[in-house]
Amino acid sequence: MASKTPKTAISRSTLLRAAPRVVNVGLRAFATDLAARGIAVAHVDWRPPAAGREASGRVLAWLGRHEARIAKANAEGLRRMLAANPVLVDVQPAGKVMSELVKPVGKHVVLHAGPPIDWRRMCGPMQGAVAGAIVFEGWAPDLASATKLAASGRIEFHPNHRYGAVGPMTGITTRSMPVMVVENRGEGINADNRAYCMINEGLGKVLRFGANDDEVLGRIRWLRDEFGPLLGSALRAAGGLELAPLISRGLAMGDEMHQRNVACSALTLRALAPHFASAARNLDGAETLARSLAFIAGNEQFFLNIGMAMGKAIMDPLSGPHNGIEACSLVTAMCRNGTDFGVRLSGTGDDWFSAPVEMPQGLYFPGYSEKDANPDMGDSAIMETIGLGAFAMASAPAVMGFVGAGRASDALAFTRAMGGITLAKNPRWTIPALDGEGVPAGIDVRKVAASGVQPAINTGIAHRKPGVGQVGAGVARAPLACFDQALLAFAKSLGFKK
Amino acid sequence: MIAAKNRVRRGFYADSVALMRIARELESAPGVMRASLMIGTPSNKALLKESGLLTKDGASARPDDLIIAVKGSNAEEGLVLAEQLLTSGTAKTESRDSHATFASALGALTGANLALISVPGEFAAAEARRALEHGLHAMVFSDNVPLAEEVALKDFAAQRGLLMMGPDCGTALIAGVPIAFANAVPRGDIGIVSASGTGLQEVSCLIARDGRGISHGIGVGGRDLSKEVGGRMTLAALDALEADAATQRIIVISKPPAPSVTAKIVARAKRCRKPVTLCLLGAKAGPMIVRTLEAAAGLTGVGSFSKASPVVLKSKNKHNSIRGLFCGGTLCAEAQIVLMEHGLKLSSNAPVPGARGLASHVKGAPHLLLDLGDDEYTRGRPHPMIEPALRNEHLERALRDKSVGVILLDMVIGYGAHADPAGLLVGALKKKNNKVVIASVTGTEGDPQVYSLQVKKLRAAGVIVAASNADAARIAASAMRPGKPSPAPRPRRSRPRSRSR
Repeated sequence: MASKTPKTAISRSTLLRAAPRVVNVGLRAFATDLAARGIAVAHVDWRPPAAGREASGRVLAWLGRHEARIAKANAEGLRRMLAANPVLVDVQPAGKVMSELVKPVGKHVVLHAGPPIDWRRMCGPMQGAVAGAIVFEGWAPDLASATKLAASGRIEFHPNHRYGAVGPMTGITTRSMPVMVVENRGEGINADNRAYCMINEGLGKVLRFGANDDEVLGRIRWLRDEFGPLLGSALRAAGGLELAPLISRGLAMGDEMHQRNVACSALTLRALAPHFASAARNLDGAETLARSLAFIAGNEQFFLNIGMAMGKAIMDPLSGPHNGIEACSLVTAMCRNGTDFGVRLSGTGDDWFSAPVEMPQGLYFPGYSEKDANPDMGDSAIMETIGLGAFAMASAPAVMGFVGAGRASDALAFTRAMGGITLAKNPRWTIPALDGEGVPAGIDVRKVAASGVQPAINTGIAHRKPGVGQVGAGVARAPLACFDQALLAFAKSLGFKK
Repeated sequence: MIAAKNRVRRGFYADSVALMRIARELESAPGVMRASLMIGTPSNKALLKESGLLTKDGASARPDDLIIAVKGSNAEEGLVLAEQLLTSGTAKTESRDSHATFASALGALTGANLALISVPGEFAAAEARRALEHGLHAMVFSDNVPLAEEVALKDFAAQRGLLMMGPDCGTALIAGVPIAFANAVPRGDIGIVSASGTGLQEVSCLIARDGRGISHGIGVGGRDLSKEVGGRMTLAALDALEADAATQRIIVISKPPAPSVTAKIVARAKRCRKPVTLCLLGAKAGPMIVRTLEAAAGLTGVGSFSKASPVVLKSKNKHNSIRGLFCGGTLCAEAQIVLMEHGLKLSSNAPVPGARGLASHVKGAPHLLLDLGDDEYTRGRPHPMIEPALRNEHLERALRDKSVGVILLDMVIGYGAHADPAGLLVGALKKKNNKVVIASVTGTEGDPQVYSLQVKKLRAAGVIVAASNADAARIAASAMRPGKPSPAPRPRRSRPRSRSR
């Protein structure tokens, strides 16, 4: 029948035969009139997209024409995200796995968290961490000359994200630092996909918060010389540690993997302990093993850096100039350098969309207050980018204490709100408190811009002065301006002309 | 002391029509001269400033804030009242049957087949596209949708076999159901395709009051027969009505289309298996083409259903002229056509071919017909069909104007229209005056306002109520017979239409 009669005629007569059943978008009076006559009507309480941000509203309206194309690209992006199979496989010196970090004599590269930034605009903690790293690498004898060298222009600064790496807080990464290697073994994913993150140094006075004295640098040396190689051997002996199932269990045990990593750190320790023991046998035995296990056991955030490398490995197959997907509106990175917040999209290649970073809202350790706080910082928002952290708040009511009321129902509300700006639920990572619903995954720049809901990020708060360390924890919000810019660039990539 | 006061509500959004209704209510409060509620966009702020309503407070509003502006001797109380009205208004919109998103509404309504869209123009195309993508027919009330978008949407709809009614489509009758601004008319065998909302209302109401009925009334939007849109939806609607078993004859209503489009429509109408009448207001009459809504309704017997008594001009002024104050643009056009057929020279802000623009009013053409729904009158205010009180200002001016002898009015009732436009008009006519007021009511007995009740109210106030808008114009013309300013012996029936041709 369809072949003989044009489809048009069929549908039109359908409307003209049956009583209208109306979705009313806009003026409520129309719906009221119809309902009064007994006509089936559902009313949409319409609000302008991107309320108060008219430019984005227009861009969104324009993008409506390309809905089918964008939906297709996003489906592919989501497929790659959800097909990921991240495995922690090794620990290596950063310069060995990222050859770009190794330069001819007299030239040096320092990787930092967040979007690109030069020395002058770096916040205090980041400058402190840079100076510490320079001394650690032996490029300068002391912090004062390290600071001079950093300001001299002879140091190249690049974002971690540029070379497949991520780093928490200041995120400073240099060639000798031991980085953990996560390989994405997902099906249909670029086989060559590896991501890196420095080993978590523990809490308190650490380089990632800008501390840089001998104690701090000494710990990094130990990580480089003893703990890193041991962890690497253990991982190789274990044949790698599959992370996706570990995250599933961690969610059920009350972690959201950004602010709280108690369960995942313990699960990692449990899985690797036997391999640690065998690996230590080949080194110098019991002393090393005891120190290493005590180090993991003493750091509830040990897993964070593993999770971050995992996040980077999950997102890279749809990011950047090579793997980015045309017309895909998914957010592939959110990160901060303490000065700017940066966002990248799958469909816009290597471009960063930056705006001044906001202050986190949260609780302070005794003796500290908002006055001491540095603005939001770190690549760790990769956790939220993959649907964990604040997006998985519902699984970690314990974290709610940092963001105010602290009720379990508030935690659920957080996750539900983030569900409004994402495209899918990750079926592998489910939340018991939401009746097994998956974490919200795949932030769509259009949904952020339209709703004005800013992605929430669970974060630690650094002291604004270098060297002091963490002074609190709370929730930061990604600035909407990043998403408005990203939206515009995305539309331009599809032919939008302003 | 008369002062303007502003209050700003942060992060508040409400539809502009809802806000305008509140403003109207405020203006009826004692001590309030002028009130306006607007979202704080730069253009809205400029509008408020122009009308002397903006203060420093309001100027500080951001585009996602609401500005409440009140001017009068009691502005402060006006602000308080506005807050109350806003609160009760928002409470209503939060009722259980409303949805935050299209998707959720669609999920809740099984078998949804039509989306009625009335959002600001720049967003309407995106909403319409979404509806079409989900397989729903779309009716877009919003105007200010870019032409290119309209063409793209109509093509997209055609590919999917869906109707794209509008943009700028306020009236439809689907399977007998009045949608948006429409009237309760019985079902019958006449199908209507209309580029004009009030045109569709007048024709369907005339047919209904004549005891016949409508199968479907499909609105196509005011620009469908323009050169750019090329009559896309008119042609598609003709296809649909030709295929529809309930439809036996078809009426197409439009302003004169672009010549290339006229040819296309005429050719299509000739091919149609059912009889087609093309009502092209102001075009030359011809085979299958008529010039007025009344003729389109098949009521060509001139004056045959006017029950009005002979017109007696009340003023001795020799400059007795007609002042037409119209809420419906198409009704204004039809009145112009009828008056010109009677040899009268007139000007209008929306002149039909042959009429003059406002500039030549008085000198060349004493009779003045205003379309008060035109943009120049509705900027920042509701359309006079929703809020006919806007017309009262013009009415009061006309009543004071010594050169005016006859005031000609339309009145559109039905769904979406004001609850009691006759009551509102009668209020303005209370003061003694020496004018002849002639009106017609577009509506039916089934309408919420009830046709006969509205007519009764008008007649009680001394208004001559004609049987149709065209008839009202004819009665007005009859009063203008040169050399016979008073007692006109009902010349309409005998007056040959050919005289003006």
